[in-house]
Amino acid sequence: MQTPAPFEYERATSVDNALALLERHGPEARVVAGGHSLLPMMKLRLAGPEVLIDINDLADLDYIRVDGDDIAIGAMTRHAALLSSPVLAEHYPIFRDAERVIADPVVRNRGTFGGSVCQADPSEDLSAVTSALGATMVIRSTEGVRTVSAREFHTGPYETVVGPAEILVEIRVPIRPACGSAYEKVDRRAGDWAVAAGGCFLTLDTGGTVTDVGIGLTAVGAPHFCAPEAEAALRGHPISDEAIVAAAAKAAAATNPATDQRGPADYKRHLAGELTKRALRRALVRARGEGA
Amino acid sequence: MTMQVTMTVNGEEVSREIEPRLLLVHFLRDEIGLTGTHWGCDTSNCGVCVVLLDGVPAKSCTVLAAMAGGHEIQTVEGMAQGGTLHPVQEGFFQEHGLQCGFCTPAMMLTAQALLEVNPDPSTTEIREAIYGTACRCTGYENIVRAIRWAAEHPALEEVTA
Amino acid sequence: MTATDVPTSPVPTSPVPMSAAGNPIGFGRMLRKEDARFLRGKGNYLDDVNLPGMLHGAILRSPYAHARINSIDISAAQAHPKVRAVITGEVLATLNLAWMPTMSYDTQAVLATDKVRFQGQEVAFVVAEDRYSARDALELVEVDYEVLPAVVDATKALDADAPVIRTDKEGKTDNHIYDWETGDSAACDEVFNRPDVVVSKADILYPRSHPSPMETCGSVASMDPVTGKLTCWITSQAPHAHRTVYALVAGLPEHKIQVISPDIGGGFGNKVPVYPGYVCAVVGTIVTGKPVKWMEDRFENLATTGFARDYHMQGEIAATRDGKILALRTHTLADHGAFNATAQPTKFPAGFFSIFTGSYDLEAAYGKVTAVYTNKAPGGVAYACSFRITEAAYFVERMVDILAHDLQMDPAELRMKNLIRPEQFPYQTKTGWEYDSGDYLVTLQATLDAAGYKELRAEQVENRARYEQTGEGTLLGIGLSFFTEGVGAGPRKHMDILGLGMADGCELRIHPTGKAVIRLSVQTQGQGHETTFAQIVAHELGLPPEDVEVVHGDTDQTPFGLGTYGSRSTPVSGAAAAVVSRRVKEKARIVAAAALECSPSDLEWELGRWQVKGDPEKAKTIQEIALLAHSSLELPEGVEGHLDASAVYNPPNLTYPYGAYLCVVDVDPGTGAVKVRRFIATDDCGPRINPMIVEGQIHGGLAEGIGMALMQVIAFDENGNCLGGSFMDYLLPTSLECPSWELEATVTPSPHHPLGCKGVGESATVGSPAAVVNAVMDALAPLGVRHADMPLTPAQVWLAIQGRPARTDLAFT
Repeated sequence: MQTPAPFEYERATSVDNALALLERHGPEARVVAGGHSLLPMMKLRLAGPEVLIDINDLADLDYIRVDGDDIAIGAMTRHAALLSSPVLAEHYPIFRDAERVIADPVVRNRGTFGGSVCQADPSEDLSAVTSALGATMVIRSTEGVRTVSAREFHTGPYETVVGPAEILVEIRVPIRPACGSAYEKVDRRAGDWAVAAGGCFLTLDTGGTVTDVGIGLTAVGAPHFCAPEAEAALRGHPISDEAIVAAAAKAAAATNPATDQRGPADYKRHLAGELTKRALRRALVRARGEGA
Repeated sequence: MTMQVTMTVNGEEVSREIEPRLLLVHFLRDEIGLTGTHWGCDTSNCGVCVVLLDGVPAKSCTVLAAMAGGHEIQTVEGMAQGGTLHPVQEGFFQEHGLQCGFCTPAMMLTAQALLEVNPDPSTTEIREAIYGTACRCTGYENIVRAIRWAAEHPALEEVTA
Repeated sequence: MTATDVPTSPVPTSPVPMSAAGNPIGFGRMLRKEDARFLRGKGNYLDDVNLPGMLHGAILRSPYAHARINSIDISAAQAHPKVRAVITGEVLATLNLAWMPTMSYDTQAVLATDKVRFQGQEVAFVVAEDRYSARDALELVEVDYEVLPAVVDATKALDADAPVIRTDKEGKTDNHIYDWETGDSAACDEVFNRPDVVVSKADILYPRSHPSPMETCGSVASMDPVTGKLTCWITSQAPHAHRTVYALVAGLPEHKIQVISPDIGGGFGNKVPVYPGYVCAVVGTIVTGKPVKWMEDRFENLATTGFARDYHMQGEIAATRDGKILALRTHTLADHGAFNATAQPTKFPAGFFSIFTGSYDLEAAYGKVTAVYTNKAPGGVAYACSFRITEAAYFVERMVDILAHDLQMDPAELRMKNLIRPEQFPYQTKTGWEYDSGDYLVTLQATLDAAGYKELRAEQVENRARYEQTGEGTLLGIGLSFFTEGVGAGPRKHMDILGLGMADGCELRIHPTGKAVIRLSVQTQGQGHETTFAQIVAHELGLPPEDVEVVHGDTDQTPFGLGTYGSRSTPVSGAAAAVVSRRVKEKARIVAAAALECSPSDLEWELGRWQVKGDPEKAKTIQEIALLAHSSLELPEGVEGHLDASAVYNPPNLTYPYGAYLCVVDVDPGTGAVKVRRFIATDDCGPRINPMIVEGQIHGGLAEGIGMALMQVIAFDENGNCLGGSFMDYLLPTSLECPSWELEATVTPSPHHPLGCKGVGESATVGSPAAVVNAVMDALAPLGVRHADMPLTPAQVWLAIQGRPARTDLAFT
């Protein structure tokens, strides 16, 4: 079995302690949460941090709760908790849709929300979900707290705005009334990374006009995991299947997928449209309260 | 550079001086000699290394022994109580849920954890619970039947004890 | 021993008696004896073997597919405080061990000296005090490579400007390995040239796949410097063959080599060959004087050890307009990788691919196989394929479906019309095989009935109408496959590996108290030998199966034989176990006669006892006879005591199991996603010794079929980088892709096997991929799709719908 190169291990006792350890050890230190992205990279010796700071004891970052007008989710919340959360199921079934197809149940027991989005894999699902939902990412350092929009969080493949002495501590999603959301993914096999995936939410007024919409896409080279042109085509307009199909086409057109063994670029672009269409249709059914 | 790590394995406290990079699967196998936990890949995909970490299935090739410090680990060696097999073990026996036996400890521990939260799972729920571990021999059908068998014989332990 | 002196014993039709422990004394469902240790985590797999002072080896591998090695600097690795030895090809060359023979009379580099010829090839071996340090030291070895252009596409390997891979072979100026022919070309031409025949053509690729057992390959080698004895624990399906190869390769005396194959975490053919890592472990123990363990990681397993398939099959099938199939021919390009290391009988360079006429009665057949070297890992027969019958079965079953498509005939009807009739057995095929027995139509009908074929077709009519109307939703596909396998190699006069005839020994010892020990040359990898072989002895001698200990896997403990692969354990060693039991039974008769003071001819066998004809009260049980055989009872002149016996079984022919499979899929044309809804499998492998175990074997093979048809592939990019080198990229089917298998059975005994049994281990792997692919093609037929190659990933399905299916052996472009 492949094994990681040597490193030092520190176990953080609190967020403040973790931040202090990050400052002390400098940029060659890495935070490890669930470890399911980082440790395989270390075994393959594609990553070689000198110090690992284990934040698994930070139980105070493990929560899903309604906080004012938002749902606040701690960065240490495991995938399994996101999947089974009644709060999320009520307000944002997109999480349940996505979590059911993220990795496998055992990985979901360990992997965390924060770890997933900070790994910033260009095929990662929750990055598309947070982008679709217009989430706010709460980042802490010894200097204090700052917030960044989910759509400004990723600066490139495997890169985020989180600095070497910072930790993502919370993800906040605004609660929207009359909202439907959904996530659609194509994979080669259960547990595989997405060939392509997309999710969305939409809110409607009583007349059936789209009052707000967010569309997120992953694995298709969509800048910041989102599809603003498609959203603009829907927002403020009456919802219809024709409108959904047209918006899906715009979402596909704005992608820039890479060809790999999951499929050629044109197929992934097709999927971006197809899955956007399906997600919007399902979100619409949910927004109308017509189905789960 | 080494560190001291202490954890509970199958109800017994164990403590070792280890390198921080030591993976939990190697700690269990090489340090304390519990070779019932296997490994099959490098990328957290195959799931034959599953153990229960605080009662929850975890891939022990993707957990550092250091990270498991202070926690409770259960391996396949901790399933049987005295001479009595756990109902899940008995189910795998009765329904031919194993062939080469390599994924079996992981499958059984996953099943044990499933039945603790869902004592009467449907076959669909079973399939959704075990897909994190790959099996090349059984085509999964008899594993599903084995777990159903265990669900239908929960009192076996008491009956035979 | 041949078939003629084996008394046949028909399977008893009366209920099998049960032992006190509740096990059948003979054939029937019996829970497995070996499970006790596996259930408790007490199996003993290779990586569980730990010896005092043991060191750990790791292999440095080439990052390039084709490159000249200018130099290797090992000084930094040697300076690592925990490193005990660093071995390179140069060191091995001084021992004449840099190259080793393959199982196809080619040579393979143990550690590269001149060039590397595939990505992942072995370059250096580091031995260190622990496995982590060994890995660390690999990063300290500096290799200066000069990268060369790589031959990746097999169809271009024979181009005039293709780089020559095997420059080590004197005078070699191209990448050609062999041409091999079967059948009658002229007879085929005659049929194909008839004016009224319909000819369907197709290019069918069975891409490179890998068996990837959950346990990777490994070895612990331990040389005792005092006795000179070498003990090797190896993940080996063929421990005796391995021992002989070690003796030949390393020049070690064979009686000083002990090969122990411990519990094996799945084999599927992956653990038949001898790999460079095994040889390195041996050199490591000789050099360091300590036991050395070498255990592959998953990349090493997937990217460097025995792959399977990689056959490019051009096919033509000729039939009358009303669907009588007349002839089949193929020109096949076989990609063998950088070394021809396929493990197969010597006279069969393309394995048993010539069985490609399948289950049909043809007038003519012809096949030509051209094999080439490419810059890919060596291997070729290593995945439950029955020596390339997988490729053959897939080929013919695709061709028949393509013909049905072109004739617009129902594929079930076309098969019914052309299957070999029961009265034609034993059936001589046009490519030289003699099928022993079969009743094919009954088996196909059983599958159609179990599936509800008519109802499924009716549902499909509705489904297609709806899809045509809405353009939404899924398309229903129904796929059939009918396969015939030939398993249980030899006979030895036709079949050998490296000159070792394919016959297997067996020894049976009966202790004075009537308990038995049977020693086998074959080696289980999960097939349940410890149970099945005990049941064979029970069936023959009437002993409770729990009283029969099965010993296997240790060359010091067992008789010689060629091992377990090609579904040969029951056909060959199972027969040997029956034969040896019958010898014991005949000895027991003499002892019983002496004790009962009668003539042996006065006795008749009733399960578990010899009794006087007409006076069944006068009898001796086998247990009583065992004690008598070891007692002071006076035996007739020339009769030795004890009941022990041995046998070597040389099979008179292969056994020919067969089956009819039906797969039902729902395909989403919008995404290309395929969902397997149902899979119905009727297998006929003759009488089933332990039906539970047989069904388990079939279940596993069906899952492999789903894997190959839908997701598993080892493709390469243009530089020869392996694109399936981890389980992130080489996808194994999970519990979610596999349906709940629906099994049926028919029973047609083999006329030449002492128990009537046929092999079954690989049947489902051989038969199932075609059913899945045929189902997907059937689903897509309304969209104009006729053929696309495996694996039918969502991307490949979508590309097929676009009319441009991809070459799945290469990277997507």
